[in-house]
Amino acid sequence: MSVLQKLAQSRWFSPLALLAVWEAGSRLGLIPERTLAAPSAVAETLLGMLTSGELPSNLAVSFGRVLSGLAIGVTLGIVLALVAGLSRKGEAAIDPLMQIKRTIPTLALTPLFIVWFGIGETPKIALIAFASMFPVYLNLYSGIRGVDLRLLEGARSFGLTRAEQVWHVILPGSLPSLLVGLRYSLSISILVLVVAEQINASAGLGYLINNARDFMRTDIIVVCLMVYAVLGLAADWIVRTIENRALVWRPSLVKA
Amino acid sequence: MDARLNFLEAPIVPPAGDEPPVVRLRHFTRRFGDNTILSDLNLDIAPGEFVALLGRSGSGKTTLLRTLAGLDSAEDQDVTVPNSRAVVFQDARLLPWKKVWRNVALGLRGGDIKDRALSALDEVGLAHRVDAWPLTLSGGEAQRVALARALVREPKLLLLDEPFAALDALTRIKMHRLVLDLWRAHRPAVLMVTHDVDEAVALADRILVLDAGRICAQDRIAIPRGERGELARPYREKFLRILEGSAPSDAVIPFPAGGHQ
Ligand SMILES: Nc1ncnc2c1ncn2[C@@H]1O[C@H](COP(=O)(O)OP(=O)(O)OP(=O)(O)O)[C@@H](O)[C@H]1O
Ligand SMILES: [Mg+2]
Repeated sequence: MSVLQKLAQSRWFSPLALLAVWEAGSRLGLIPERTLAAPSAVAETLLGMLTSGELPSNLAVSFGRVLSGLAIGVTLGIVLALVAGLSRKGEAAIDPLMQIKRTIPTLALTPLFIVWFGIGETPKIALIAFASMFPVYLNLYSGIRGVDLRLLEGARSFGLTRAEQVWHVILPGSLPSLLVGLRYSLSISILVLVVAEQINASAGLGYLINNARDFMRTDIIVVCLMVYAVLGLAADWIVRTIENRALVWRPSLVKA
Repeated sequence: MDARLNFLEAPIVPPAGDEPPVVRLRHFTRRFGDNTILSDLNLDIAPGEFVALLGRSGSGKTTLLRTLAGLDSAEDQDVTVPNSRAVVFQDARLLPWKKVWRNVALGLRGGDIKDRALSALDEVGLAHRVDAWPLTLSGGEAQRVALARALVREPKLLLLDEPFAALDALTRIKMHRLVLDLWRAHRPAVLMVTHDVDEAVALADRILVLDAGRICAQDRIAIPRGERGELARPYREKFLRILEGSAPSDAVIPFPAGGHQ
């Protein structure tokens, strides 16, 4: 089989073909620069932004926002889910509010957050925190409620205290659900980051994109889109790594 | 028929040992809603006694065992069970996220927990699997871990709920031997729920039959365990007749029987 034939059958073929067509279209003037920059131009811009430090510094700002938002949101989500999942009173107090909140899309709260928190860093981080809290809460809560009662009963028959039951059975049993929630939280936090950074930012990826839009620098916009994609992939990779380490006992992951 | 079966027809009196029974139930009643599952049930189990509990499906065997295990509350009822008791369920109920030895060590108090867990696993012949994940065990291995986990606590009362029902015949026979060895070594009182008359005959000192909410018949087997081979068939017929209500009335032995107590 020739190299070309092999290439035609591989999964890389269509993306590479698209890139080639895109590049050719730009060179031939079919795709104007202000509509979409050529891949080669994007690569060049990427290199320039990396060496000048423009991209790393703005990326660091965005990264900081996601990280603080996530830290707050995930912590809150875990704490609320534990309270609601482990006690009837907690459930009665917390769960109805959470279910009501579920019906409101977080991003629709943006105007309210701007009114409350102004246009600085606070509303951005608050939005990310608020949005990332729910997937963690909902999944962990249902994970705790879904813990195998037979296992719990077994533990009880050996005289484990309530605290020991929580520690040895309920928490490990709901860990897979927590990780599913965490995965959703990470991708939502990046989604919210994109929107939150449209709020009058003076640094960050959103700032770069807004600036580029004003100057019709499609190459910079494409670079930023690529960075968002990489962030998404990295988030997924992080959760996957945690899962592989924390859930080694699961059959699909157990090695013979 | 075999003369040794005659005692089935006579009231059986539990030996009046010096020690008080480890399990004592009087007029025990358990209802689910309007459904009375156990009613006015009396039961004594002596220390170190191996009791098998037979009964048709839904007769309340698990319900009784759960009461003895303390999993269902028995408020205001005359129920005495020892504090140290352990259960082996039909499904091994190992925590899949803990390695085998940590499952055995679960909830143990005191020192050298790991050593105790390891030696219990050694006793059930699983010294080579102590670091395995439970989900990689075979059904028989998982049940042996469950046995080790129960015995490492040195319980005064060991409760077995159809522990070998899911195992193949050969493995089950091996498990019978193992259970007997462990029982002889540790001498807990045992209450084993089973569907299998052969199993009951092979293992138990005393067989109880649960029907219509109470112990409707019981029998003590005085024959040494090794010599019970041909005993199972007549027993099976006997119990079937008892359950069908066609057995002679003196085969149905109310409890407490005779002059005991
Ligand atoms: N938590 C419960 N709520 C309502 N009914 C129950 C409950 N647990 C058991 N029962 C009922 O009590 C009866 C006895 O159940 P149990 O599990 O004790 O039977 P069993 O003798 O162990 O049967 P098997 O041999 O099939 O295991 C059944 O009719 C069952 O439906
Ligand atoms: Mg049962």
